[in-house]
Amino acid sequence: MSNVQLFRTGDTPLPDVIILAHKLTREYDMGSELVRALRGVSVQIQQNEYVAVMGPSGSGKSTLMNLIGCLDTPTSGEYWLNGQKVSDLADDELARIRNKEIGFVFQTFNLLPRANALHNVELPLIYAGMSARGRRERAAHALQRVGLGDRMDHKPNELSGGQRQRVAIARALVNEPSILLADEPTGNLDSTTSTEIMGVFAELHRQGQTVVMVTHEQDIAANAARVITLRDGLVATDQARAA
Amino acid sequence: MPFFEALRLALHTLRTQKLKSGFSLLGVFVGVTSLIGSCSIANGVNRYMTEKFAQTIFGVNTFQLRRRPVFTPNVPDSVWRAWQRRPRIRFSDAKAITEGLTVPVITAWQSSDNVSVTFGNKEARDIELTAASERYFEIRNLRIATGRPFTAQENRSGVPVAVLGDAVAKRLFVDRPPLGHNVRIGGIPYRVVGVVEHQGSLMGFPLDRFVVVPALSPAQNLVNPPGILDAFFVKAGSAGEMHEAMEQAEGIMRSRRHLRPQQDNNFVLDTSEGVQRFWAGINRILMTVMPGVVVVSLVIGGIVIMNIMLMAVAERTREIGLRKSLGARRRDILRQFLAESTTIATVGAAFGIIAGIGLTILINAVSPLPASVSPASVVVAVIMGTGVGVLAGVYPATRAARLDPIAALRQE
Repeated sequence: MSNVQLFRTGDTPLPDVIILAHKLTREYDMGSELVRALRGVSVQIQQNEYVAVMGPSGSGKSTLMNLIGCLDTPTSGEYWLNGQKVSDLADDELARIRNKEIGFVFQTFNLLPRANALHNVELPLIYAGMSARGRRERAAHALQRVGLGDRMDHKPNELSGGQRQRVAIARALVNEPSILLADEPTGNLDSTTSTEIMGVFAELHRQGQTVVMVTHEQDIAANAARVITLRDGLVATDQARAA
Repeated sequence: MPFFEALRLALHTLRTQKLKSGFSLLGVFVGVTSLIGSCSIANGVNRYMTEKFAQTIFGVNTFQLRRRPVFTPNVPDSVWRAWQRRPRIRFSDAKAITEGLTVPVITAWQSSDNVSVTFGNKEARDIELTAASERYFEIRNLRIATGRPFTAQENRSGVPVAVLGDAVAKRLFVDRPPLGHNVRIGGIPYRVVGVVEHQGSLMGFPLDRFVVVPALSPAQNLVNPPGILDAFFVKAGSAGEMHEAMEQAEGIMRSRRHLRPQQDNNFVLDTSEGVQRFWAGINRILMTVMPGVVVVSLVIGGIVIMNIMLMAVAERTREIGLRKSLGARRRDILRQFLAESTTIATVGAAFGIIAGIGLTILINAVSPLPASVSPASVVVAVIMGTGVGVLAGVYPATRAARLDPIAALRQE
């Protein structure tokens, strides 16, 4: 972490810093009490890093993940994604950032049950405003990348758990996002399939993809090159692993 | 998401959830079917009334001098009795008017009653026997299919000749040519000189069961007492001339009957306007009641669609969250659900239009009502159906668009 910038409010991140969180806080007004999920998290993630975010439940890792994923905005602090300050963007602009910069992979896959694999992967491209033919090609290519070139016409219920998660990964990759953001990606998979999916992540990382993965499993986190641990809404540890 | 994508998605959802979609479009379907159906009846009857009825029963620019109106719906007994006490129209009245009018007109006498007509051992019962003068055919727009009408000469001399209605000719002669044969009316032979073109029916009443004979032929005794007419027809060249002739005829009749200025007419000068006014009344009632029925079913249809859409939003909360996380903006989600509700309603309206047209054809085939599809009702149906879809979709779609993606994704 030699080249981590000492960031101050008002600065602009260095070009190869994909994610820059500066003193992020997130508070929820639950009526009677104020819940402070994040109490000032500062994190920098550079291009082609493979980072795992860990922490017990209630540590704020879901909140951080929502902020990084632009599904939520911080109460205070700055969040820069790929050179753009997104912490104070409006709803529709956040949607555009999610579409272009972020590829989500969920624990429960979140595939549309009635649509085939190809159409599921096409979804982000529809919201990017791409033509039908261009979408088809890109989606097919993304499915081939995750080894499902021969399963494009299958609906989710005709696929195994591992295959479903691969479809979800293809969908996350199809818009060539800055970061792949995975929330417990192996939480619904058996250990063999988990290993398989971790293999896919490793391969994508090797190809240059930045990966951020939220997990509470030590052995899954062990696949990442860097592990950030949260506790009580603050970064507890942030260490690189020996490869 | 472009409009086309939203539509495609909506059609896909419709296809994959046929039963649910079927139920949800039922309301609009019924509404549109009833709209088209009732408009078709109103439209058909309207056209019939203005084009056919007025022309066949009365004739264009024609009035009738009668003791009481032709068309007498819902008349109280007292009025009816007053009419019955009025003096009848006499041959001499007709002659006086013919001589007194300064407007160029053609006229005809007419008296009718129901009789039996026989030929050999065949008999046609309940036939309307009309004793009329020769211009009657022209005024009533009765075209001769074969043969000829009787002449002024035959009428004046009371020659026993007859012109048959199509149904009478068919009944008595089947396939043989009736011209030149003698039919018997009231025991007297009448030579058939012509057959009138097929007239069809009017609101279920057959128009071809009649025989016309000269007004002064022996049959005059079968239809009225001597010297008495049912009606005296006057046809003018234009509506203006008709009204002028009516005024003159009224004056002549009032002076013949010695009516004082404050006394009402004890006769009527009836035109097709009376019938049309009556029809316009029915039409007005129809046009106030019918939109009510249509609106009620469309409102119900809209509520059904709104409910189905609210259910769909609730069921698909996770999908909405996912779509948002993949970059769908509020308006994309809004458009998706609006497109869905609009598509449901429009498909319902489309089926409704098809069913309405089918219903119209069916009504025409099995009932005497002359229904005909009004193009305006189809346009209104499309607009209303689509409008219901949009309106019913606004609230559910807005709710969907406002969903918080985090909460939506967390939903089980």
